[in-house]
Amino acid sequence: MVDIPYQPGRVAAAPARRRRGGLATMMKRKSMVAFLMTLPLIVLIGVLVVYPAFYAVHLATLNKSMQRFVGLANFQFLLKRDTFWLVVQQSCIFAITAVVFKALLGFIVAHFVHNVPAKGQRKWRGMLLVPWVIPPAMSTLAWLWLFDPSYSAFNYTLGLFGAGPIPWTGDAAWARFSVILVNIWYGAPFFMIMYLAALKSVPDQLYEAASIDGANWWQKLWYVTLPMMRNIIAITTLFSLIVTFANFDIVRILTAGGPLDHTHIFATWAFKIGIEGSDIPLGASVSLFMVPILAVAAIFILRDVHKRGNES
Amino acid sequence: MSDDAKSLDPKSLDPKSLDAKSPARSRTKLSRRQFVAATAATTAALVTAPYVRGAHAAGKLTMGFWDHWVPGANKASQDLVAEWAAKEKVEVSIDYIPSQGNKNLLTIAAEAQAKSGHDILAMPTWWPHANAELLEPVNDIMEPLIKQNGEVNGTVKYLGQAGGKWLGVPSCVGSQIKGPCSRIDLLKQHAGIDVQELYPVGQPAKADGWTTDSFLKAAEACHKAGVPFGIGLGETTDSVDTAGAFFLAFGAQLVDAKGDIKVKSDEVKQALEFYKKLISFLPPDVAAWDDASNNKWLVSGRGAMIMNPPSSWAVAKRDAPQIAEQLWTHGFPKGPKGRYAPFLPYFWNIWAFSKNKEAAKSLLVFLSQPDSVEKMVNASGGYDLPAFEKLTTFKVWAEAGPPKGTLYHYPNPNNHQTLSIAASPAPPKIAQQIYAQGTLTKMCLKYAQGASLNDTLAWAEGECEGFMRS
Repeated sequence: MVDIPYQPGRVAAAPARRRRGGLATMMKRKSMVAFLMTLPLIVLIGVLVVYPAFYAVHLATLNKSMQRFVGLANFQFLLKRDTFWLVVQQSCIFAITAVVFKALLGFIVAHFVHNVPAKGQRKWRGMLLVPWVIPPAMSTLAWLWLFDPSYSAFNYTLGLFGAGPIPWTGDAAWARFSVILVNIWYGAPFFMIMYLAALKSVPDQLYEAASIDGANWWQKLWYVTLPMMRNIIAITTLFSLIVTFANFDIVRILTAGGPLDHTHIFATWAFKIGIEGSDIPLGASVSLFMVPILAVAAIFILRDVHKRGNES
Repeated sequence: MSDDAKSLDPKSLDPKSLDAKSPARSRTKLSRRQFVAATAATTAALVTAPYVRGAHAAGKLTMGFWDHWVPGANKASQDLVAEWAAKEKVEVSIDYIPSQGNKNLLTIAAEAQAKSGHDILAMPTWWPHANAELLEPVNDIMEPLIKQNGEVNGTVKYLGQAGGKWLGVPSCVGSQIKGPCSRIDLLKQHAGIDVQELYPVGQPAKADGWTTDSFLKAAEACHKAGVPFGIGLGETTDSVDTAGAFFLAFGAQLVDAKGDIKVKSDEVKQALEFYKKLISFLPPDVAAWDDASNNKWLVSGRGAMIMNPPSSWAVAKRDAPQIAEQLWTHGFPKGPKGRYAPFLPYFWNIWAFSKNKEAAKSLLVFLSQPDSVEKMVNASGGYDLPAFEKLTTFKVWAEAGPPKGTLYHYPNPNNHQTLSIAASPAPPKIAQQIYAQGTLTKMCLKYAQGASLNDTLAWAEGECEGFMRS
């Protein structure tokens, strides 16, 4: 042990040096710079996402006239409504069906594009991304005209072959089909571009090694491509599931939730109740029901990704 | 001379004043003579100075008006507001807010939440009641306006008053009756009905025989002839309003004025039976119709009648003049309990948090003067309807054409029908839920699509129980 003689003023002087040195060191740290650069985004998310989310929670605890705190009464009320359970069922059907088909279609198209010679690939990629880059409110209007109850272009075409007319938005089953179809059309390019990026990152040596081992097309897909793409599939699925669950514009424009509420999903029903019905607390409660459903999905998918990340 | 300049004036640099010990350092001695002179000069300056009144001496006023879909109709209200503002020295700013995509409803909700926004905001039908606690009572201007312009119709009283308090002033802009708009030729040819004879120009209606039974017969005949009536059964307002008027014609109320549920009544059952028959004569896709579908139906020439304000006739006049020449706007058929027509009023409301309520009231009084109202009605081509009794006989409705007089009966000039709104007379906050959820059209559709009467009624009863939240 070394005895250090008492030095008056040493303790007091140290923090000032540390402060100067600390700030300079902190500014040199990459993490600090990264934080400062993301600060505008953090502020934006705080103001436009976090604050409204907490405000929605606050609204959901008020009575209809927003003058009294009612705790969880709005949620209890919703659980007793048949229409609410219809909306839960439809939201699940809508989101799961749409995400599965978007992923499947995106996967297949990504393979096609991947195999297109490099020279023409850019054109194909650009064209296939068109549905995703057009604002959905606009493209859905075009679909609305195609599905128009009285003047549907699809029905006109079917009529030329002696088929139809199909009540695209007038019958519950067809209306569900229509909104899901438009969502797939809009969202599949996102999956396609993500999967294409993932496919391009799979080393060719793995396929060569598999070929030497005598693997056929299916075995290469199953044992090489899919394991290499698992994380990106999981992340895109989660992302798309969240976005699709929270969809509003497609259903609102195409069917507005009809016929007989058979295409309502959480967001459209929340709007119907909250804005059109002037029951903002109940509308907020409906929209908040998405949170636990999506949180559970996020936990499972992200846990799986994390686990595989550790394994690799 | 500024204070700084004064401090640098060499004359003011009295050596005594620089003496720190001198107690008079910060004081200036003022003699009696100096005081009298200064006072006289100030008084003279004040008396002789001209009185300058600022261009906006009476403050600012902002308003959110409904954005009219008739081209150029906004100009009338804009000019009137400018005229009033120039007279009253108020700085005004108007935002025209469209109802497409419910933009106006979102604005109402946002301003109500923020307790900030326009001083005056136009609100349709149910929204004054939904925001009753946040609105400035306007009894002091409504009572004189009623004395001057005549009584307002029952729907305006139902939607515009809460607990004896007027929540807003009924605005002619945007207010409308959604009555039948029929093809003169097709009804005459296929149903043997001469609508011009039933509703002659310049005379009271002669429509005693125009009942729900004759309406059904006409619907059947036109359906057989391939030109069915175009009545929607979706959840948008046109569909709901029509169902509401027919339900009232049968005396059918889902919830009565006291707030008691009356779904399982004979009247409701009769209304459902009527609609079931009617649906079989309508185009097969009416369940998916929105508010644009019926207009397209009429303008395309595929149908003999729709229920709509004259906007569809105006569109036909522009896009299909040969069809417009055959259109006649008239009254609803009479049911066992009366003749009802859907009336959808707009109100001009003053927020309680407005900072210039007196100016807002003054403007609303000015906009409700007969001359102002006539200017706005004319600018809308007769689409806009004043709620006051004495303001329903302007020339524009008698002279609109072709065919001349097609809109004569649109403003209900002889009180031939009771103006109503779907889901009334239930307490407005409950009725708004019935209306917004399209409960009436859903019931009709469920029953017509094969649900039993009991199941349909039980479903509707359950829905109404849910609407009772306070």
